[in-house]
Amino acid sequence: MDPSALAFLGAGLGAGLAIIGGGAGIGRLAASAMEGIARQPQSAATIQTAMLIAAALIEGVTFLALVICFLLSLK
Amino acid sequence: MLTETESGQQAAEHAAEQYDPGVSILHHVLDANEIEVPFFPHVKIPLPQIHLPDWLGGYDISITKHVVMMWLACAILLLAFGAASRRRSQPVPTGLRNLLEVIMVYLRDEVARKAIPEGADRFVGYLMTTFFFILTCNLLGLVPGAATATGNISVTAGLALIAFIVIQFSGIREYGVIQHFKNLVPHGLPLWLVPIMFALELLSTFIKPFALCIRLFANMMAGHVVILAFISLIFILNQVWYAVAPLSVAFALFVYVLEILVSFLQAYIFTMLTAQFIGMSVHPAH
Repeated sequence: MDPSALAFLGAGLGAGLAIIGGGAGIGRLAASAMEGIARQPQSAATIQTAMLIAAALIEGVTFLALVICFLLSLK
Repeated sequence: MLTETESGQQAAEHAAEQYDPGVSILHHVLDANEIEVPFFPHVKIPLPQIHLPDWLGGYDISITKHVVMMWLACAILLLAFGAASRRRSQPVPTGLRNLLEVIMVYLRDEVARKAIPEGADRFVGYLMTTFFFILTCNLLGLVPGAATATGNISVTAGLALIAFIVIQFSGIREYGVIQHFKNLVPHGLPLWLVPIMFALELLSTFIKPFALCIRLFANMMAGHVVILAFISLIFILNQVWYAVAPLSVAFALFVYVLEILVSFLQAYIFTMLTAQFIGMSVHPAH
């Protein structure tokens, strides 16, 4: 196959897979946070802060994969 | 990138001026040797290009758009903190000083002192500089017409390099060179495990600042690429722009506001992780 066609294919598949991983991870994180807040409403602020920090860290890795895919799609 | 439009005859007529979203997006995100004046397209202010001679390494240390943005961020910070500290003899802070003090006290108490159990105050200056510099650079990038300096991997690499130097020097100053590296491995490990642990921890001392660099760079660049992609959707589907434009602008606005949150969050994450690493270096848990 044409190498640039392979690059586009790789970029698309890579972006999809990266989003699956990131979305699943952050979804689990959000579920645990919701459960924690439901059990103890007075700790909602603490849990929310911790959730945002963890989400930012996971998103960092996801974005790295997305940036690589974007660079691939420009080849 | 995209070479097909809605109607073939349009493509045939405008083949020479085909809109290429990849080129357009990259043009807005990447560094350049000139600054474009907003509202006056095609007016570009060329910036001085400085190439070191070969005997100094031949490096290119031109003043580029992102360098100007970093200097602008420094100027803004100097002005803001200078103005805020003009009445610092008054015990009750007001106005700008109050706002900056809220953030600074939070950084000192919740980030620095929590992460570095003893002697945190000597690192508070560096941590606050990091936080406010990254925050200002991120927010400047959201202003239309300006660029995101932290969306350039060289800038974030420089920040991560300084973080790496601070982390290692703080540990070496506390314990000496040999003990600092011996601190990487926890006590009481079975002997066969020590080489593996040491190799892993040594690798992680380099990977952690690298991750700091990549995280900040990827978050900043990706946010702007998404905004630009939504806007360029209008030009790609320019046959039905009247239908695409409201949706596209609405989504772009949503991502824009999200980017404000991400600017604060990424500055905080960078600072918090650097504080954690300094804490682990100065006070190993084992």
